[in-house]
Amino acid sequence: MDKSTVSAERAVYLKKQQREKRLITLCRIGFLLLFIVLWELAAAVGWIDSFILSQPTRIVKTLFNVADNDLHLHIAVTVFETLAGFALGAVLGCIAAVVLWWSDFVSKVCEPYLVVLNSLPKIALGPVIIIIAGAGTKAIIFMALAISLVVTVMEMLSGFRSTSPELIKMAVTFGAQKRQIFQKIVFPANINTLFNSLKINIGLSLVGVIAGEFLVSKAGLGYLIVYGGQVFKMDIVMASVIILAAAAAVMYEGVILLQRLVMRFYRYR
Amino acid sequence: MKILNAQNIEVKYQAENGEITALHNIVFSVEKGEFVSIVGPSGCGKSTLLSVIAGLITPNKGSVEVCGEKVTGISQHIGYMLQNDNLLEWRTIWQNVLLGLEIQNKLTPQNKERAKKLLENYGLAGFEQKYPSQLSGGMRQRVALIRTLAVDPDILLLDEAFSALDFQTRLEVTDDVYSILKNENKTTLMVTHDISEAISMGDRIMLLSQRPASIKEIINVDFGTDKRIPTACRTTAGFTEYFDYIWKELKAYG
Ligand SMILES: Nc1ncnc2c1ncn2[C@@H]1O[C@H](COP(=O)(O)OP(=O)(O)OP(=O)(O)O)[C@@H](O)[C@H]1O
Ligand SMILES: [Mg+2]
Repeated sequence: MDKSTVSAERAVYLKKQQREKRLITLCRIGFLLLFIVLWELAAAVGWIDSFILSQPTRIVKTLFNVADNDLHLHIAVTVFETLAGFALGAVLGCIAAVVLWWSDFVSKVCEPYLVVLNSLPKIALGPVIIIIAGAGTKAIIFMALAISLVVTVMEMLSGFRSTSPELIKMAVTFGAQKRQIFQKIVFPANINTLFNSLKINIGLSLVGVIAGEFLVSKAGLGYLIVYGGQVFKMDIVMASVIILAAAAAVMYEGVILLQRLVMRFYRYR
Repeated sequence: MKILNAQNIEVKYQAENGEITALHNIVFSVEKGEFVSIVGPSGCGKSTLLSVIAGLITPNKGSVEVCGEKVTGISQHIGYMLQNDNLLEWRTIWQNVLLGLEIQNKLTPQNKERAKKLLENYGLAGFEQKYPSQLSGGMRQRVALIRTLAVDPDILLLDEAFSALDFQTRLEVTDDVYSILKNENKTTLMVTHDISEAISMGDRIMLLSQRPASIKEIINVDFGTDKRIPTACRTTAGFTEYFDYIWKELKAYG
């Protein structure tokens, strides 16, 4: 599209588009502000019990008293555990998917197990994991791994399998070995699949970590939420939840950033 | 010199719900530099025949010899082009052209130079660093052909290689591809559903029967010249005769 020669109709259209975009952003922010103000007001006037439902100003105060509550420590612990589970899940999941893609026989043998494992709520394995891995960080990372692993395997495997058979045939007619087919066709064709599964995984790992922290931990945002609930410090619970949401968003954006970097390297479009 | 010799080929496909005989008693040979078009009813076994020649499928009976060697696996004498150009979107044109050489571990300076020459000779100089999505359908098909030619095969197999293109591009590409193949003195077997395409490019036309395919007839095509232009052939008087004849034959068992 040539920018210098925008027709009158197009100018009107573009302007309308822009106005709509701005309105949407405005409404989003406005909604949030309204919610916060109403909450604050309701608590101040006494419509709701701020002891139970907390109150924005008190949450903010808690957030700023980082040192008092060792917040930074808890954030670091949770983020570390999530990233560890995430990375392990991604690497092991991809390896497993490659093995299953490679051998039809192995994949047929494993299929029913995968289906069962996939539908099983992994949190139910919590006690077993704690007994095996001990009541500590290891168990929590294990939990995150358990939740993200099977999904990665299924996602990657179905991506590998849906690689265009024509592309593979083309490589085969040049005499490509299985390893070459994977390296040159199947894997690069699935870079997008990989990142889609990573994006799902970062969220799943976080679920695993929080569930794990609920069960065993002595630190982390999950621990903080449980602790805050037990001692009826709702400010801490709410603050933790808000931090959790922010941490999840940052990690998700991190994956997107990584995707962009890799795509630039791969020049994939 | 006979570059390809097929003897009594029979192929049966095994599936859970039964057995399908795709090829039956196929016997033919091809001279070096010849262009053979293969036509036949759909599903009769044309692609199967090419797969056997390329070494992708081992026949249940009979054998194929290429350049005097029996085909026992993927043959390096053969270049295969499928319906789609199958260019890898994440590779540049240059990287795409080198794919075959890469797979066969033949990335020597000479071979790269040859690939470069091919790109230059066939109107793709300056596009090396572009991506497939930036090229037109006709150019993409030419890149696919050059990728196949880069490994220097003796025989080219084209399986409906132009059928994904729109009609006008298709006509242009047939002219291009034909002149490239004749220039490089390649032997070609081309499967097509398009009778006109088969006549305009082929030195001979192999008519296959219904499945299980066997050779009904091999028709010699002669336009009285060695250097033809496929699209120009379409307007000659002889062309219509060939067309009517093949059309009738195909209808007779179609
Ligand atoms: N892998 C396979 N397993 C079982 N049957 C097959 C297989 N491949 C092909 N067939 C059958 O063999 C017959 C010949 O197939 P082939 O693809 O060679 O035909 P074709 O002439 O190329 O068809 P088309 O005109 O559609 O390209 C078809 O009936 C097809 O269903
Ligand atoms: Mg076919």
